[in-house]
Amino acid sequence: MPTRIAPLAITAFTATSALGHGRRAHADALRHDRGGLADNDFTRVPLPCAIGRVAGLESMALPDAFAEYDCRNNRLAWHGLGADGFLDAARAAIERYGADRVALVVGTSTSSIGATEEGYRTLDGGRLPERLRRPALHTPHSLGLFLEAALGTRGPCLTVATACSSSAKIFAKAERMMRLGTADAAIVAGVDTLCDSVLFGFNALELVSSARCRPFDTARNGISIGEAAGFALIERDGDRHAPRLVGYGESSDAYHMSTPHPEGRGARLALADALARAGLEPDDVDYINLHGTATPKNDEVEAAVLADVFTARVRASATKGFTGHTLGAAGILEAAITLLAIEQGFVPATLNSRDAEPICAAQLAIEREERTIRVALSNSFGFGGSNCTLAFAAATSH
Amino acid sequence: MRALTVYVDGIGIWAPGIPDWAALQRTLSDGSIAAPDAGAKPAPAILPPTERRRAPEPVLLASEAASQAATMAGRDPATLPCVFSSTHGDLATTDQMCATLAADPRELSPTRFHNSVHNAPAGYWTVAANCHKTATAISAGLASVAAGLVEAATEVAADGDAVLLAAYDIVARGPLAEVAPSGVPFAVAFVLSPSRSAASLAQLSLYPLQGTAVAKGLPAALAAFAANPTAVQALPLLIALAARAPARVTLASGANTSLAIEVAP
Repeated sequence: MPTRIAPLAITAFTATSALGHGRRAHADALRHDRGGLADNDFTRVPLPCAIGRVAGLESMALPDAFAEYDCRNNRLAWHGLGADGFLDAARAAIERYGADRVALVVGTSTSSIGATEEGYRTLDGGRLPERLRRPALHTPHSLGLFLEAALGTRGPCLTVATACSSSAKIFAKAERMMRLGTADAAIVAGVDTLCDSVLFGFNALELVSSARCRPFDTARNGISIGEAAGFALIERDGDRHAPRLVGYGESSDAYHMSTPHPEGRGARLALADALARAGLEPDDVDYINLHGTATPKNDEVEAAVLADVFTARVRASATKGFTGHTLGAAGILEAAITLLAIEQGFVPATLNSRDAEPICAAQLAIEREERTIRVALSNSFGFGGSNCTLAFAAATSH
Repeated sequence: MRALTVYVDGIGIWAPGIPDWAALQRTLSDGSIAAPDAGAKPAPAILPPTERRRAPEPVLLASEAASQAATMAGRDPATLPCVFSSTHGDLATTDQMCATLAADPRELSPTRFHNSVHNAPAGYWTVAANCHKTATAISAGLASVAAGLVEAATEVAADGDAVLLAAYDIVARGPLAEVAPSGVPFAVAFVLSPSRSAASLAQLSLYPLQGTAVAKGLPAALAAFAANPTAVQALPLLIALAARAPARVTLASGANTSLAIEVAP
């Protein structure tokens, strides 16, 4: 078992998704049970499904200085940075600590592959068209390169790409670097955008619902895919209002590339490690933002783990019915939702779901609830059996 | 700042004409290299036979190098947290997937899609090794080897466990080759541990530096590997390790940063 870690302050955070631009838009939507999923109008070839699309990215542009990074994913990153004054907070931290003392750890699943897809659709004599003939658009590290240039950090910089756990694991990477003194602060970011690869890829795996996803509903039949950008600034100290990152656990299923371990072995290990690092027992947890993709298998496994480890004291919900599954951005988007739940004292609904999976009906919040949340977890489990659970706490509880 | 210090307990390598660490040491000492077979692929014994034939190339390369490193370190791969790092990821799968999506996206194969994730080598490896430890797949562009070393050494120092690092790049295909160049396959792996043991070959101390690093040229026998970004980054360190003498290697680690690695036998 890992040893307990010192809590770190989340001194700024923001999210942009189909629910809107920034924390207020997310809190409003979550507190009014207003989802962001709509009929798929993204793919050129029709695909009947719901998507969580961020409006207006097509007409946005990056500042001229960053034109070489221009693609949908980096536009969403730039758009997201502008919400809640995050860009200013990040630049102030870089000024305060020194650019070489701030780590930049980003998570994405498909990065800028939408630009590669576009290039292949519009080949020019067998070559990518000239405007897309830029190395910074065809690398898994595109998001990291863009944000390193845009923010001006000179500390460690890397992209974590472990599918749907990517932007949960970035919190763990940042904590280790800060504990060892490699960095004094960390900017963590998760950005993933809609693209044909994921829409048609998950469709080929028969994991996409034709309707809006219904996590943990007995009639659930697959995911809805969304896009999102999330950012957090992590410092050792923050004011008394800053929530804390108190723990995390990472594990591997060692079972299959695209099917979860039937007994949730990896999920249980990640959960146990997160609680151990936080010095918490299951009964200390007030809220869990579940991975809850709404595929039959994922939710069945996660429901069994939830029912085995937690009593009905805990409230758990899955918010992918609001935003869609934002893949490599899901970890940080749902971390942001979890932090909003702590800050404002509510349990988001499991939107679109009516009939809870019986095994976890006692723990699952189908309807929104008002309650004080001091300690909360967020689960992210992904392809390749990559699992990560994050633990957060209200400032005053730790 | 305090350096990150780790010990190299195992080294694995796979490239055409260089099937393992012993082969690289021979090449470095006598300047000879086995005639490379351009289409050669490793067949890592750790993978089940069907996957040895069908798994994507990054899985084969990374698993082969990783197995060698774990064996040399005398470690059961199930016990090792792992970091997989690549400049470009699976260029072959990306090329095929994007070509299919351009022609008819409904024809995309489910297997090709799940193989396209950057953590496919981590996923296949953890299944084959029955490893439930944390597995991370990263990229830092042309600084992916330095970023992999920093991430793996950070995990070693933070959690006190030995960590497996594998870095690879395969050959670029199709239109992608112009913007993500890689002309020859190459994979390398290290087992890094927190304390010196009988298995330790060298101590590495990692220091972040400001300013960019210029990659050193490669010996004539290895000149062909200048076409592989992982090889360009990793070979100077491997050459220093093979020399079994104190050395300092500097690698690019970001747009304006570099990583100094002090090697002490």
